[in-house]
Amino acid sequence: MEESSSMQQVSTPGAGVDKPFGPVAAVFLAAGIGALVLGILTTLAEASEGIKSWLEWSTSVGPLAGKTIIAVIAFIVAWVVLGIGLQRRNPKPSTIFTWTAVLVAVGLVLTFPTFFQAFAPEE
Amino acid sequence: MHLTYREWWAVVHGMGLGALFLLAFAGGLAGLYSLRPGLLSERGVVERTRRLQIGTWVMAIAAWATVITGTWVVYPWYRSTAADSPKSLLLANPSTADWHEFGMEWKEHIAWIAPLLATAVAFTVTYYGTSLIKHQGVRRALMAFFTASFLIAGVAGALGAFISKAAPVH
Repeated sequence: MEESSSMQQVSTPGAGVDKPFGPVAAVFLAAGIGALVLGILTTLAEASEGIKSWLEWSTSVGPLAGKTIIAVIAFIVAWVVLGIGLQRRNPKPSTIFTWTAVLVAVGLVLTFPTFFQAFAPEE
Repeated sequence: MHLTYREWWAVVHGMGLGALFLLAFAGGLAGLYSLRPGLLSERGVVERTRRLQIGTWVMAIAAWATVITGTWVVYPWYRSTAADSPKSLLLANPSTADWHEFGMEWKEHIAWIAPLLATAVAFTVTYYGTSLIKHQGVRRALMAFFTASFLIAGVAGALGAFISKAAPVH
């Protein structure tokens, strides 16, 4: 009896507060942007010796240092900016998740060696 | 039975944090999967949500710790210009050069995408709290991104294991 009354209330956990989707949209888009920035920098570093050496912010880590630090900064800045902009908004979740998947997929392609090594200058 | 200082770090990076990541993923995915109306009582939702928040944040923190220790602690030893560094040894032999040219080049980059996605999932679980159960579409998307984060880290982890087998950090 107690169990069934407990189950009755299942439909309303957290009821009364319908939070906007905006903050969730912000963090997911920011993650996608971070992945995309990492991919772009990876390919650019392969294509240009100048960019590669500019990204070498640590001698021991090499250009990976600059690539990952910039990607993480892009993630954080995008999260903050989009978080403020979308704070009380309710974008369509399926649109946001699709855009995030696209951004991450492009980031994955740009960080795939067979792809980015195709941009390496001929020796 | 002796491990050098560098080998200890390789163990912390690959096995310690990797195992924590795997455990947190398994718990988090099970929690997300079962967060459905009709399966849980109100008290169950509260308890499950708390466990889910801990699991997803542990996975996100483990992912960040893994890529940070990998990039800033272990990777410099791997890529050292010394003739006996793992990178030098792999590149010196055409039959093992691809472990660096493809394996390490892929691993060192994609691994960083895993914590971004894991953080987004952990934030969302915390943000919605017990009301996440009302957002079934979001819950399904979280499962997909959580799994994507795990698979991306899995690729990086597997490549790391193979590379360590071919040319370990000593």
